[in-house]
Amino acid sequence: MAILNAKDLTLQYEQRKVVEGLSTEIPEGKVTMIVGANACGKSTLLRGLSRLLKPAGGAVTLDGKDIHTRPARELARTLGLLPQHPTAPDGITVRDLVGRGRYPHQGFFRSWSAADDAAVQRALEATDTFGLAERSIDELSGGQRQRVWIAMALAQETDVLLLDEPTTYLDLAHQVEVLDLVTDLNRSRGTTVAIVLHDLNLAARYADHVIAMKGGRIVAEGPAIDVVTEELVFNVFGLESRVVPDPISGTPLIVPIGRHHASPVSTNELEIAS
Amino acid sequence: MKLSTTTTVQGRGSGTLVPAGPGGISPDASAPGRGSGSRGTAGKRTAWLLAAVVVLAVVSAASLAIGARGLPLNTVWDALTNFNPEDGNHAVVIARIPRTVLGLLAGVALGLAGAAMQGVARNPLADPGILGLNAGAALAVVVGIYVFGIGSLTGYIWFAFIGAAAAAVVVYAIASRGRDGATPVKLALAGAALSAGLFSLMNVILVSSQDTLDRFRFWQVGSIGGRDWSVLLPALPFLAVGAVIVLGGGRVLNSLALGDDIARGLGQNVGLARGIMALGIVLLCGSATALAGPIGFLGLVIPHAVRLLTGPDYRWILPFSLVSAPILLITADIIGRVILLPGEVPAGIMTAIVGAPVFVWLIRRGKGAGL
Amino acid sequence: MTALKSAPETAFDADTSPKHPDHLQLRRVLSPTFFLRPTFFLGLAVVVMFAVYVLLGSYTVTIPDFFTIVINHLTGGEKIPGASFIVMEHKLPRAVVGTMIGVAFGLAGALFQTMLRNPLASPDIIGISYGASAAAVTAIVIFGASGAVVSGAALGGALGVAAIIYAISRGGSGAGGGSRGNAAGNRLILAGVGIAAALHAVVNFLMTRADIRTAADALIWLNGSLNSATWDRAGVLAVSLLVLVPAVIALAGPLRILELGDDAAAGLGIKVNAARLGLVLTAVALAAVATAAAGPVAFVAFLAGPISRRIVRKPSLPASALTGALIVLLADFFASNIAPVILDGTVLPVGVITGALGAPFLLWLLVTSNRKEA
Repeated sequence: MAILNAKDLTLQYEQRKVVEGLSTEIPEGKVTMIVGANACGKSTLLRGLSRLLKPAGGAVTLDGKDIHTRPARELARTLGLLPQHPTAPDGITVRDLVGRGRYPHQGFFRSWSAADDAAVQRALEATDTFGLAERSIDELSGGQRQRVWIAMALAQETDVLLLDEPTTYLDLAHQVEVLDLVTDLNRSRGTTVAIVLHDLNLAARYADHVIAMKGGRIVAEGPAIDVVTEELVFNVFGLESRVVPDPISGTPLIVPIGRHHASPVSTNELEIAS
Repeated sequence: MKLSTTTTVQGRGSGTLVPAGPGGISPDASAPGRGSGSRGTAGKRTAWLLAAVVVLAVVSAASLAIGARGLPLNTVWDALTNFNPEDGNHAVVIARIPRTVLGLLAGVALGLAGAAMQGVARNPLADPGILGLNAGAALAVVVGIYVFGIGSLTGYIWFAFIGAAAAAVVVYAIASRGRDGATPVKLALAGAALSAGLFSLMNVILVSSQDTLDRFRFWQVGSIGGRDWSVLLPALPFLAVGAVIVLGGGRVLNSLALGDDIARGLGQNVGLARGIMALGIVLLCGSATALAGPIGFLGLVIPHAVRLLTGPDYRWILPFSLVSAPILLITADIIGRVILLPGEVPAGIMTAIVGAPVFVWLIRRGKGAGL
Repeated sequence: MTALKSAPETAFDADTSPKHPDHLQLRRVLSPTFFLRPTFFLGLAVVVMFAVYVLLGSYTVTIPDFFTIVINHLTGGEKIPGASFIVMEHKLPRAVVGTMIGVAFGLAGALFQTMLRNPLASPDIIGISYGASAAAVTAIVIFGASGAVVSGAALGGALGVAAIIYAISRGGSGAGGGSRGNAAGNRLILAGVGIAAALHAVVNFLMTRADIRTAADALIWLNGSLNSATWDRAGVLAVSLLVLVPAVIALAGPLRILELGDDAAAGLGIKVNAARLGLVLTAVALAAVATAAAGPVAFVAFLAGPISRRIVRKPSLPASALTGALIVLLADFFASNIAPVILDGTVLPVGVITGALGAPFLLWLLVTSNRKEA
């Protein structure tokens, strides 16, 4: 069981309240996408959910118990986080880095066991980085490096996995690859996944549950088809759009309007243009 | 046109140059109403500048009056206008003149150089001490004393010049290698590391020769006392040239502050601009160090204090720094004269004592955190 | 309606047994020995150097004589005139203290460099040494102290400055969401550099307030010297190391995780602030204790890490410790035995050698490390 809950959560930096009085539940065993405009508090929410940020008010509970009262290492066995800008020490190999994800499972005397090996192996294969295992992480491309970080998070083998913008800097193919991978994880292991994603279309496609935020508050949550509507897009992003069903997945697809394309092209004009 | 979020973005109106994190715009920390160059503000700034000049004059006068022997201001006036060689008091005043002038000159040099250095290095924490220039000058002076037997301050000047210039080149060259160029941290570390290295080399000589140590330790401390005109005059041309170069560079510094790419897009020849400004900086720093020994923190603190009033426009920062730095230096010197009677605390120490807490405050406010 | 293709084979359904079991296990068996080998030789080198230091030099002692001296000293037997004194009161304590401060500085430097994620960070550079120096020089110049009092002052100064720097780097503007894990580390570096500069000014000032003899003495201390190595000092050092080295071992695990950034480390279950505090305290204590014993021996803390990395080919705390010891022993051997030959009899303090040889090496490291930093 791994139900992650926020009750009346208030999060702030110094004196500045970013999230106030927010309550939500991350549905177990599903892929949740957290979306919103820049600086709406979605990363902050994730940090609050993952124990990085202590709540100024309210509480975050995992299975009913406040996450801040649990020992850090024990919590890390159930709740994993991939932050936005992870740093890797110079010259570390892929295998070594992924192996560090096993830390929460190792006792004080840090004995490395066969189970750790197996977990690392699984993680490497799942992210298709096994071939890179002995390479130094400095030599890898952005996409490869991101997959390695995800492998590290996978090696942690938690019930809940939080990912903060895991697709930044990746080209479209790699973005899709990462999201497919995360979906695999969810389908085969039942891992609860919560992702902060800036690309609304990809979020709508891959989400079982969407949380849309604005100004530190949740404006809508639920299945993508209910949440991602033209009104929501306008409300949250200030963008006029059309929402149509995605021809591949059937999920909502946002087509932005903008100033230069205000009137939809009619089929006649299309014929003339081509 | 959307700027890529990975390049350095100038904070709107604030004096800091902090990269906006990708995926989010860092909240604007500037105070409202700090736009550059509207007519009203220009008038206000000129008023402040004039006020600063007045303060400078007052402080200079005070410098002539205060000291181990405190003199009333009318005596000072007398001495300047109606000099009477028999009068002991007058002699004291006259003796204090070179000191005051030196404070003015060194202050001007360090203030301008500090502001320019921060602009060229795009780094709010630049200062000749922190960037290793003082260590370079010091090592050169020690070598001069030990190897060439230089004993006079005039002799020191040339060595200090060359040493400071060499150190500057090395520090900047080293810190700029690597993908992100000369970041504040890399510059600080390169400067500190080079300083440590140069000081060690210096110590080899000092440990072997007590004589050298004896002469050197007084120069090392950074003081504007004890010098006379024969020291000031040789340095003057260099100082003047440096000051002209830097003062003329206000616009250049403004465009450099936007980042190399944008500056080039605006038609600036970045390499040449930097080189010329660097030349001016080295001339200024070299002169100041040569005249007064290594005085730290002045070049760091003054431009920041000044920015609170002027905003990020270098065309204002430079003249304000030019006037404010001597105010601070001379004041530090005055305090040093009276705080530890009958001895003196050299100005270099006082500026460090004031400068360090300000530096710390700057770091805590995140101004150094353009990382 | 979601259109899932019929149950694609997910990567997790694949065979999860290690693909090359033999390969993996072989690596694991081999790797401990591989890892130990260069470090083992390093340890051997230290032992050899120790022996050279004690037995050779401007005064040589044969091995049998050496053992006789030591055994007799412990059992109260008869001393060999001259040699006993030199070995027991001079060379041996120097070698022992030198080794221990080398270990302490080496560890402190490696810890700082790893924690601050910068190969150029070191207690020398970030002001802790200057804290010790300022306090010690104050003691020497103003209070006319010497010996243990100076050491005590140095210790206090180092710890005091470290506390200040740490406090500075802890507070300050809170990092926004998505900050890099480096922010606090960089603040620490910058704060340290600034404080170092200020304290340097204070030290310089004190140097002008003293008469030339005292100033010369202070300069020797400032450079780091083993001249006042005694058994008492060795004892204090040994006790401190007995406490601090196990602390390092215990903290090595969390350190490896902290390297991944504060956020990632927290996600892996590290109490970031506590771990970092522990590491800082340990590193500072190591540097402070070593500085108190022998003054701020330049560059040992800074160089031990990078040099050991080039020997052992990976970052390693034990290797750094051993490299530190090696550097100190080598440098002091040179300073006491070879330098006087070159310099007409002046015995140099060990810090001058480490400094003079360290400086060019440092420049080279600066250049190559920046290139790698891309």
